[in-house]
Amino acid sequence: MSERRVTILAPGLFASVQDGGRFGARASGVGVAGALDPLALVTANRMAGNDPDAAAIECTLGGARIRIEAPMRVALAGAECDARIDGVRLPAWSCAFAEAGSVLALGAAREGTRTIVAFGGGIDVPRVLGSRSTDLAAGFGGFAGRALRAGDELPIGPSAASARAAFRLQPPEWSVHLSSSETGAVRVRALVGPESARVADARSFWEREWEIAPQSNRMGYRLAGAPLAAPRDGAMRSHAVEPGVVQLPPNGVPIVLLADAQTTGGYPRIAIVIEADRRRAAQARIGGRLRFVRTDFDEAKAARHDVEAYLRATAAAIAAQLQ
Amino acid sequence: MAFHTMDFGAPTCARISERALAIAFEAEPSPALQERIRSLARRALEHDAVAEAVAGLGNLTLFLRSPDDAEALLARLPAWASEAAAAEASAPRTIEIPVRYGGADGPDLPAVAQRCGLAEDEVVRLHAAGEYLVFFLGFQPGFAYLGGLDARLATPRLATPRTEVPAGSVGIGGAQTGVYPRRAPGGWNLIGRTELALFDPFGSPPSLLQAGDRVRFVPV
Repeated sequence: MSERRVTILAPGLFASVQDGGRFGARASGVGVAGALDPLALVTANRMAGNDPDAAAIECTLGGARIRIEAPMRVALAGAECDARIDGVRLPAWSCAFAEAGSVLALGAAREGTRTIVAFGGGIDVPRVLGSRSTDLAAGFGGFAGRALRAGDELPIGPSAASARAAFRLQPPEWSVHLSSSETGAVRVRALVGPESARVADARSFWEREWEIAPQSNRMGYRLAGAPLAAPRDGAMRSHAVEPGVVQLPPNGVPIVLLADAQTTGGYPRIAIVIEADRRRAAQARIGGRLRFVRTDFDEAKAARHDVEAYLRATAAAIAAQLQ
Repeated sequence: MAFHTMDFGAPTCARISERALAIAFEAEPSPALQERIRSLARRALEHDAVAEAVAGLGNLTLFLRSPDDAEALLARLPAWASEAAAAEASAPRTIEIPVRYGGADGPDLPAVAQRCGLAEDEVVRLHAAGEYLVFFLGFQPGFAYLGGLDARLATPRLATPRTEVPAGSVGIGGAQTGVYPRRAPGGWNLIGRTELALFDPFGSPPSLLQAGDRVRFVPV
């Protein structure tokens, strides 16, 4: 019987092992990491027959090729990238059963940026500080604490899911319709940040569309565009930050913190992207545009409930298929 | 420790995000204030709904397990702050960090000495004479923001940061001193280096230094 593992033939632009994130060590300066699109992670894992937070591969803009060395379930969610298993199409938000020696090949991502690839049994790398996510800056967790490379052999855990069912889910509409303004800007809802009042032209922050600069990564999106006025009392006392925080450094150009952000920061927080829309922000393309839409805690709660409703509905649909 | 009887005024309590609450004091940052924040963190973590408590400079952020608890817990923060003020301070730990000062381990020691108008061995003496307090951790895993640098040693950051600073490097950046747990780019003036591992992801806790610890540098 062949060993349960997958071999990275090509990682694409950038790929890493991620799970639901590393919580509990922020007081020691350890960031959260984890999949940038948690909805895609949970959905792909369930289709693969896994726990919702199991470790999977997060691919950036497609392009990855992965050989599946033992028979196992494979599921994709997130950005659509014309994936195929030995020539047979596997769209995003769908799953199939792959035979030993088959090759999963992702084409270029058509819309969105991150695709989660989950395998039945999950990626069986050791948990570090409670999580299998890669902490890329600190160099631990995931596979060897780094981004995936060609030739990497990833162990896959045992799986009770022997179902061979191949099926496709209704994608969450906010994934398909990432672009929601006439100019193609991705609209993300955000709370007013605690230091917003220090920013003289905070209004302009909400009224403009911001381009995502090339110097962006899993730590954060640097925005490009005419700078806002430098914040008053720009030097602040350091405070904890979290993914979703939009900081305004002295150069007046905002930074949207993502999953790999540091645990503390000292720049004024002009806005905080709501939890339900952080994945939408992270699915936006470098070079693409973001538009921040001011919201409040009530709307944030309603948005979380929308996500939960999708997850409940898909969990039921998946359970019926995998019986 | 008389810290806890000190009056820092009523803190500002606010909901920052869906699951983050913050408590901030107006008072000037000081070891006594950071002790209070540490005490408040301990009090908050006794509550099941509080997942993590992350200290900043004069402030504390609580991350909750569920956003649905935020409003109820926000209402309790002033009471927790009062309880923390009345709580007995716990005895601090002192961590000694052996440091090789100067030479290849501290390539900026001559520049720091010149900038401060001191002999190199005087810089070392003053740096090693200090008793530092870990105010909070951040920037990278295990990186401690230390309070207590002798004002005579304050040195501006390098105009051009190094692309690579070796792990264990002891540096001065402005009025701060600290140790880089891991090789990283950095703009602080490097005056020495320690072999001590400051961060081990498999350790429990992973960071050698914790908020509230006292730190002494010992020349070797």
